[in-house]
Amino acid sequence: MNQNIYIVHYKAGNIASVMNAFARLGVHARLAARPTELKNADKLIFPGVGHARPAMEVLRASGMDEAIANFKGPVLGICLGMQLMAARSEEGNMEGLGIFPAAIRRFNGQPKIPHMGWNSLHDLCGPLFGGVPEGSHAYFVHSYYMPDRADAIARCNYDEVFTAAVAHDRFFGLQFHPEKSGQTGMTILKNFIAL
Amino acid sequence: MLTKRIIPCLDIKNGRTVKGVTFGNLQDAGDPVELASRYSEEGADELCLLDITATLEGRSTFLKVVEDVATAVSIPFTVGGGISNEKQVETLLSKGADKVSVNTSALLDPGLITRLSNAFGNQCVVVAIDARYDEGKWQVVSHAGTKPTGIMATKWAIEASDRGAGEILLTSFTADGTRNGFSLDITREVTQNIPIPVIASGGAGNPQHFLDVFTQAQADAALAAGIFHYGIVRIEEVKTFLKEHGVAIR
Repeated sequence: MNQNIYIVHYKAGNIASVMNAFARLGVHARLAARPTELKNADKLIFPGVGHARPAMEVLRASGMDEAIANFKGPVLGICLGMQLMAARSEEGNMEGLGIFPAAIRRFNGQPKIPHMGWNSLHDLCGPLFGGVPEGSHAYFVHSYYMPDRADAIARCNYDEVFTAAVAHDRFFGLQFHPEKSGQTGMTILKNFIAL
Repeated sequence: MLTKRIIPCLDIKNGRTVKGVTFGNLQDAGDPVELASRYSEEGADELCLLDITATLEGRSTFLKVVEDVATAVSIPFTVGGGISNEKQVETLLSKGADKVSVNTSALLDPGLITRLSNAFGNQCVVVAIDARYDEGKWQVVSHAGTKPTGIMATKWAIEASDRGAGEILLTSFTADGTRNGFSLDITREVTQNIPIPVIASGGAGNPQHFLDVFTQAQADAALAAGIFHYGIVRIEEVKTFLKEHGVAIR
């Protein structure tokens, strides 16, 4: 499919893994560190690992925060990217992009933090999960989470049910790493390309 | 439900996978990228790549292996061996590694754990601990198992966790290579004393050993090398056995 997929390029992005995953699907994703670089972008990937506050500062400094929020095509936030798209986060006690009207919390009382490893996805709905069987496993690595919401398009259970994926208009967020989730993750990315 | 992880480990020297029965007796175990792809297809939940090269030339070859593995597989992998500063970690992550493991360098400079955790997030920092059973105690050995440190393994695991490690890779130097099973006592002691995941390593010889380390020592993941490389046990076989015994497995 002939389309321009761009990846938000900032310090907290696990860029190589995401680029590799798209390359395996035959899509050459490009990097964008500044809003002007998004002129020809059809779709946007907003990855992220690490701490929320410094990541958000980098995004604000470059103007990419507004570029993401105002992007006209489909946007896919991954892990920290998804969390930064929420209204606020307990991590660093900061405001996010406000795309998902949710507050990110820290896991509390779970046996092990971070929640790290393969966990099963439930209540799957929407086009991203086409062809993904209920109960499929995805790879998670996170200490903060989005509590369960009515607009969740996938849920996961780690001592409590939380939002594994969320959709709001053309904005999608995945708490797990599709680029590291084997065949399941590749199917989800393929579905995003096909949107 | 969060599943238990099975992690094959590839020791890399000069671009090839090697496996030593004892140190210094290295045998070629194949092309790392081919092995990584095969393990990924067979259901490995993660991979671990250890650089055991001592030369600079070998280092750059290793970076190429990291890059090629990252291109080939879509499961997470940890990279370790000779990592002692932020710059190296940045390079490895930029090549597609997901986590790094530090061992001797963290013992020499415990602040490294905190610095890496602050710079890259704790999910990225695995502290590898080699433990050896000496006179009734499990002590940490450094420099690839050659130097006893006098530090107790559990105490060091707690300190590493407090300093910002995201995970502990606990290798029993005593059990390593024996294929007689994981060291359950020290693994249990560590898992019960820290709030972060523990990968048990050393001693895997059959599927029952994996079941034991998950159910009796509460390990979160188990790592093995030789038995997978030489096809003594297949990953699928281990996972089927675990599933039959009620362990949550992908």
